[in-house]
Amino acid sequence: MGKVARAQRTASAWAFLIGAVLCFSFFSWFPIVREVIMSFQKPVYGGGNTWAGLANYVRIFHDPTFWQAWRNTLEFTILALVVGYAVPFFVAILLNELRHARGYLRVLVYLPVMLPPATALVLFSYFYNPQYGLFDRLLHAVGLPVSQWVLTPGDGFFSIAMISVVIASTWMNMGSATLIYLAALQNIPGELYEAAELEGANLFQRIRHVTIPQTRLVLVMLLMLQVVATMQMFIESFVLTNGGGGVDNNTQSVVMLIYQYAFAMSGASNYNSASALGVVLMLVLAVFSGGFLWATRERG
Amino acid sequence: MATATREATRAPAAPAAGARRASRRARPATGSHQRTLVSSVTLNSRRGKIIYRVVLALVIVVFTLAFIGPMYFLFTSGLKSTQEAIATPPTLYPHHPVPGTYSAAWSHLDVARMMGNTLYYAFGALVFQLVFDIAAAYSLSKLRPFLGNAVLFGMLATLMIPVTVLVVPQYVTVADLPILHVNLIGTPEAIWLPSVANAFNIYLLKRFFDSIPSDYIDAAQVDGASRLRILWNIVLPISRPIIAVVSIFSLVAVWKDFLWPLLVEFGYSPTRETLNVGIWQGVIGTPPNLLIAASAIAAVPTIAFFLIFQRNIMAGLTAGGIRG
Repeated sequence: MGKVARAQRTASAWAFLIGAVLCFSFFSWFPIVREVIMSFQKPVYGGGNTWAGLANYVRIFHDPTFWQAWRNTLEFTILALVVGYAVPFFVAILLNELRHARGYLRVLVYLPVMLPPATALVLFSYFYNPQYGLFDRLLHAVGLPVSQWVLTPGDGFFSIAMISVVIASTWMNMGSATLIYLAALQNIPGELYEAAELEGANLFQRIRHVTIPQTRLVLVMLLMLQVVATMQMFIESFVLTNGGGGVDNNTQSVVMLIYQYAFAMSGASNYNSASALGVVLMLVLAVFSGGFLWATRERG
Repeated sequence: MATATREATRAPAAPAAGARRASRRARPATGSHQRTLVSSVTLNSRRGKIIYRVVLALVIVVFTLAFIGPMYFLFTSGLKSTQEAIATPPTLYPHHPVPGTYSAAWSHLDVARMMGNTLYYAFGALVFQLVFDIAAAYSLSKLRPFLGNAVLFGMLATLMIPVTVLVVPQYVTVADLPILHVNLIGTPEAIWLPSVANAFNIYLLKRFFDSIPSDYIDAAQVDGASRLRILWNIVLPISRPIIAVVSIFSLVAVWKDFLWPLLVEFGYSPTRETLNVGIWQGVIGTPPNLLIAASAIAAVPTIAFFLIFQRNIMAGLTAGGIRG
């Protein structure tokens, strides 16, 4: 092949590629670099930016809301793990055992995932309403004390307010994890259960020694993805508390704080503090994912 | 919905002959079911059958209450008058149904405009993603240009960086595109163009294109077909299933997105709001019955879309690997 022909080949291959490459450059690669740059800069009166060293980082570390947002986000992540991680797995095991209504149940579980999230959350905030909400009515009906739900004051580590956020979030999101588990369960060879039963393993031993090891890869991947996703919690608290972050910010999350630093603070919005917080979150998630993948790697 | 449900049940389990399936499915726990945690022998025992029936009934009741229950209130609360919607205790069904609430919600919150905007953004993003991501994946898979692997690595690396983290620099960039100095805020391109930078699409498409034997492509090349023609006439027809998966995910992603349209569209003008943003915006100052009615209207297209495409959606969830 001649030089000209090869150049032509490369050019036409790049013609196919260039649209996506431009979009990645403008909207993904450049913003990643820019976030780091912006986090070390400050605006100058009259336009432009100048270097600020670590000033943005120092400022956000001195903001009490910063620590509160991190603590809340961690609280949400842990609660969502307790509820949102275990529940879909056991639901999937249960659905996989049923010989009837499987299609119906799968559709049910996945239906909320398809709703526009604001719709589902508006519905939940209607249920949570302390004056006319349905959930207080249910508590009342079974003789339990009524609750303020998301608006409950107090900022203990497992506050009622945050648990309410987690309930809504789990209802909205558990469908996809359930279906992914279900697919993984269907790939387990039946002979393994057969053999385990012949060896005298009871139901729980079969779950422990067949189901869990056989779905380990999916369990591990979803655990990581779920932690990364829940650390970015935003819309749940944003809609349920109307953008406010709850009573005394007790459901304020890190991404909500990024939003508030950048777009909602009174006076001049400060993109630079928001970028610094973004960099911190990016680092935390990267360290977590990297460490997690390292800790759970297949040992040969 | 009945047929759709039956279709889904059939999916991976037993490829039994169509005629026999009906009679098999009528009996509980027969051999057509793949061996799972509990064996068919145990289930067919007297005690097993009783336990199975009880568990089945419980699961159906609990799941229906947990998932259809809230949907029930989503659709019926919109039929209540404002007075009834904020009554203590809440009523379980509309005692005095006011269907006018729906039309009031439609005009009061301008649901038609929100829905129009959302559809416009979603289908526009779909077109942009299909054109650019398919072209790029085809190039990376079959044409393999100089630096192609570096580009692929750069694209896949972005999967490691969560989108919400980048919202500030992305916003600043969209407000003043480098080199070009164009401000996209308030234009639909602010949603369409960034949606193209989707590494997951590229990954899915490239992996599928990789599996297409190059013999087909070589043969067409010998016949003198151009690259574009090969893509259009050979690659695309074979790739229909994966294109369906990518299309569904891209539509749903735009439909469900909140923060980005809030910033780049609603932030520019309330007339550009999407359904998601509009419903949230209505929380203040809209009576709950109107707000719930508007939410119910907003939910209808997605529910319909899901029931129509549920097989593709559920297949895509697992075929596409894992995605949070």
